[in-house]
Amino acid sequence: MSMAESRPAPKELPRRRGPQVFGIPFNVFRAGVFLLGLFPLARWLVLGFTGGLTADPISFLIKSAGTWTLVVLLVTLAITPLRVITGQAGLVKVRRMAGLFTLFYASLHFMSYVWWDQWFSIPAIADDILKRPFILVGFLAFLALIPLGVTSTKGWVRRLGGMNWQRLHRLIYPIGALALLHLWWIRSGKNDFLDAGVYLGVLIALLGWRVWHAWRRRASIS
Amino acid sequence: MPNRITPSEISPKSIFLNRRALIAQASAALALGAAGVQPARAAITPPGKNPSLPSKPNPAYSTKEQVTSYEDVTNYNNFYEFGTGKDDPAAYAGDFRTRPWTVAIEGEVQKPQTLGIEDLLKLAGMEERIYRLRCVEGWSMVIPWIGYPLAELIKRAEPTGKAKYVAFETAVQEDTMPGVRRAVLDWPYVEGLRMDEAMHPLTLLAFGLYGEVLPNQNGAPLRIVVPWKYGFKSVKSLVRIRFTEEEPPTSWVKSAAQEYGFYANVNPNVPHPRWSQATERRIGEDGFFSPKRETMLFNGYADEVASLYAGMDLKTNY
Repeated sequence: MSMAESRPAPKELPRRRGPQVFGIPFNVFRAGVFLLGLFPLARWLVLGFTGGLTADPISFLIKSAGTWTLVVLLVTLAITPLRVITGQAGLVKVRRMAGLFTLFYASLHFMSYVWWDQWFSIPAIADDILKRPFILVGFLAFLALIPLGVTSTKGWVRRLGGMNWQRLHRLIYPIGALALLHLWWIRSGKNDFLDAGVYLGVLIALLGWRVWHAWRRRASIS
Repeated sequence: MPNRITPSEISPKSIFLNRRALIAQASAALALGAAGVQPARAAITPPGKNPSLPSKPNPAYSTKEQVTSYEDVTNYNNFYEFGTGKDDPAAYAGDFRTRPWTVAIEGEVQKPQTLGIEDLLKLAGMEERIYRLRCVEGWSMVIPWIGYPLAELIKRAEPTGKAKYVAFETAVQEDTMPGVRRAVLDWPYVEGLRMDEAMHPLTLLAFGLYGEVLPNQNGAPLRIVVPWKYGFKSVKSLVRIRFTEEEPPTSWVKSAAQEYGFYANVNPNVPHPRWSQATERRIGEDGFFSPKRETMLFNGYADEVASLYAGMDLKTNY
């Protein structure tokens, strides 16, 4: 899915020998990002074959999928600031891939919970969602990701129109906040906010940059 | 009449020795027979990682369920003094000092005393008991502990009539426990039991597992094991036992009273605020293609302990 941005400022791509990102031909760069996106999945497979999934592999995989969802979501949110700061216009073209990877890992996180934790019991899942706020916010974040994934294609951008599409994709901010709240409430039980604190810092920095950027642009227009 | 044994009444030495050998053979055969009846016993092979700790099996207090592997029992631990990760204790407990070691017994007792680990090891006969262990997080293991009932130690201290509770305090070694440098919990870790719970024959003062002395990550050199309560009640690396009239503060209640209670009895009908306690995952058994197993009231020890809580509302006294 994509980042919302009040006014996309298309920058000119470098002209010589096709588009490049950080001096790397765009196609190679995109393939590299794709492989990077598969890293968590590859890691689980390697750990699985080498007995590295701990004594409780199910718990490990559910948590690990959740952690990577949040990490990939933050990476997705970081692409636009990185593009603006570095002037690497081609970065915008891997934003959708990053967003879809977020949805991919969120789906694995959700499915591992449905399968291994709840054994596909819909009453048990419904009960869990209604009784436990941390499950509820995680579930809402996952649900909200789905329309962003569905409308990530060029066809949907056209169908919705740029403004509406952008408005819809601003959902990524509340999704990020909900995902972090989900983790925060999990960590509150053990009073150990070390990793959640780091993610919170990154999320605040990324949102802060956007607010600052929008404000500066508005100031320069008026 | 002089009470003298005539030489003819004394067995020749050869026969006498032979008889001993026969008895030894018979006992070995009996032991083998017993092993045949209880296949669970055969699984407990001392892994040779620590000094052995001889004990007598107590089948009356042992489950016949499949025992969790030594590997999992000693590498998947909650022992926050060494870090909050499950593999932290196995990774970082190597430098922990278990000698010299003393346990102070104080408070409402006739005989306050400080006992050294050597005396504690000899205080009563060591038994092997195979207990289920249910963690509050929703996983469980089956562990062959070695120890004797905590009641043996308590009796020696002669608690007074005012002793209604037992408070446990555990070790803090700042130089060997990387976890205590972070205020995840208020160190030292403290726990407690009601007097009748502490005196219950199931409550074990454990010194070993899998035929050997406790590995550091499992609470060396001695710990409490209360099999019908969530694992956090079973304190590790015990240094102080205090008898009190009032319910003592416990670490997890101090940290999150809305999530953890003083009793912490295993109960499938009382959910944790953040997850159900109705089911559990048995480590090494319940895998990707089988559902979690049902959690039993009092972790399956209801016959032995339910009477301790007669008339109590287990939903409010969680």
